Amino acid sequence: MWVLLAIAVVVVGFALRLNSMLVVTAAGIVAGLIGGLSPVKILNAFGDGFAGSRSVTVFIVTLPVIGLIERYGLQHQARKLIGKLKVMTTGRLLAVYLLIRQGTAALGLTSIGGPAQAVRPLIHPMAAGAAERRYGSLSERVQEKIKGFAASADTVGLFFGEDIFVAIGSILLITGFVDTTYGLHLEAIDIALWAIPTGICALLIHGVRLFLLDRQLDKLAAEDQANAKEVAQ
Amino acid sequence: MIKVEWFYWLCGIFFVLIAAQVINDRSNPKRIGSAAFWGILGLSFGYGTFVVNKQAPSWLLGIAVIGLALLAGAGFPGRGKERTTSPEERMRFADRFGNKLFLPALVIPVVAAIFGAWLAKVHVSDGKLLLQSGSATIIGLGVASLLALAVGMVLLKPKSPAVPMHEGRRLLEHIGWTAILPQMLATLGLLFNASGVGTAVGRVTDHLIPKGSLIAAVALYCIGMAVFTIIMGNAFAAFPVMTAAVGWPLLVQQFDGTPAVVFAIGMLAGFCGTLCTPMAANFNLVPAALLEMKDQYGPIKAQVPTAVPLLACNIVLMYVFAF
Repeated sequence: MWVLLAIAVVVVGFALRLNSMLVVTAAGIVAGLIGGLSPVKILNAFGDGFAGSRSVTVFIVTLPVIGLIERYGLQHQARKLIGKLKVMTTGRLLAVYLLIRQGTAALGLTSIGGPAQAVRPLIHPMAAGAAERRYGSLSERVQEKIKGFAASADTVGLFFGEDIFVAIGSILLITGFVDTTYGLHLEAIDIALWAIPTGICALLIHGVRLFLLDRQLDKLAAEDQANAKEVAQ
Repeated sequence: MIKVEWFYWLCGIFFVLIAAQVINDRSNPKRIGSAAFWGILGLSFGYGTFVVNKQAPSWLLGIAVIGLALLAGAGFPGRGKERTTSPEERMRFADRFGNKLFLPALVIPVVAAIFGAWLAKVHVSDGKLLLQSGSATIIGLGVASLLALAVGMVLLKPKSPAVPMHEGRRLLEHIGWTAILPQMLATLGLLFNASGVGTAVGRVTDHLIPKGSLIAAVALYCIGMAVFTIIMGNAFAAFPVMTAAVGWPLLVQQFDGTPAVVFAIGMLAGFCGTLCTPMAANFNLVPAALLEMKDQYGPIKAQVPTAVPLLACNIVLMYVFAF
């Protein structure tokens, strides 16, 4: 039971906003020591964990090309383009992206989106461009709100789309685990089909929140303007 | 056969080149420690190949990884002065290149999709898969990035071939050590498992199990999945533990629930937890860093109000459809 202290290290560390790398390292060492692992075994676990999870860092190979096209005005062009589509507000645009992201993920095309390859170069500049057209220059909190929601549209779409695709890791984990542990013979397609109701709920809930984002931004922008006037007077 | 390790080496070379640039960047006040960070990281990517193949000891990489964490704790890597175009220049370039600027950005998803959907199933002559099994997405992303870069270079004709490296460094320096936090968390998951954190949490859940109430058992399984995922940062780690504690003995065996429904929705309940936790750094903290947000918890704040009602939906869906 004492090993749960390692979880406490994580919770307290994140709550105090200490450097996450140190928090995670400390929690790992605490868990290992209480769990009775030798120092060499703990070091081995750090090495094996790092080597075995390099795939999550591969997104960095997109950075040179993304940086290059940004240098030549990609974000400005994205803003110009969205400026012509007057019906596209920030919220509507992100809702459309949520639908595309979830739909393509459900077909197994999970690498179409992602924060590095889609949100930073395309989705966020368009969402911010739509807001600029409506409100003029954006205050920091409005910018932060748009960034947070742009990232969320990508993540929610991915999570609740990919599980509808048969050959995705989480479905294989479910069938693999319960088949070997309990001697069942689950069909991957059944698991995938039963992911659809939740997928629809996710699309509805987050989609509605994205549509409501426009009103939230309206309110924030109006407040910002009022504040700016007060300062001016 | 195309191996995924090649692309880890590509990442490693990228980090080493970044280190070489950083050490010469006099505008970076922390250039020595920063170059050390990126350099050690790059070498670790290559060394990782030998660790995975069991040709080299893991503990040496473990020391390097803890070294990276200590460097991060000491405030490295720092950032140099940005050497990129001004907003005015960018406006002029945007007028000149127009929608062609989207072309390299669109090459990435198109090529990645071709790899994931088609090339992943292609066999070479001796019956082996063309792409290393299970790694088509990663290989696709790597190839797509290189192709997109080639398209970008031809289209935009930057003055020097080093320009994309400098621009890549600009973005990477914004992300900083957050770039490898997801890998640190994967390591933590490994240590949690090896030291029995999962079984300990399972034992705690045992005490909470209500007797005889179906809706309470369903709620416990779904909420347990979400909470455990928030702690571990990964629904995959929560699934075996919660399923062994509640899903199988109670929902399937005692209440006779349909296994496919129980397990499918149970996993999705875990995903609701993933939306809420900084422990899932690659989904929640890395995007904040990539978008240069002031508040690193910004994406989580945008997601929690979706995750909570969605968790409730999962409880209702499982209750209605599985029994």
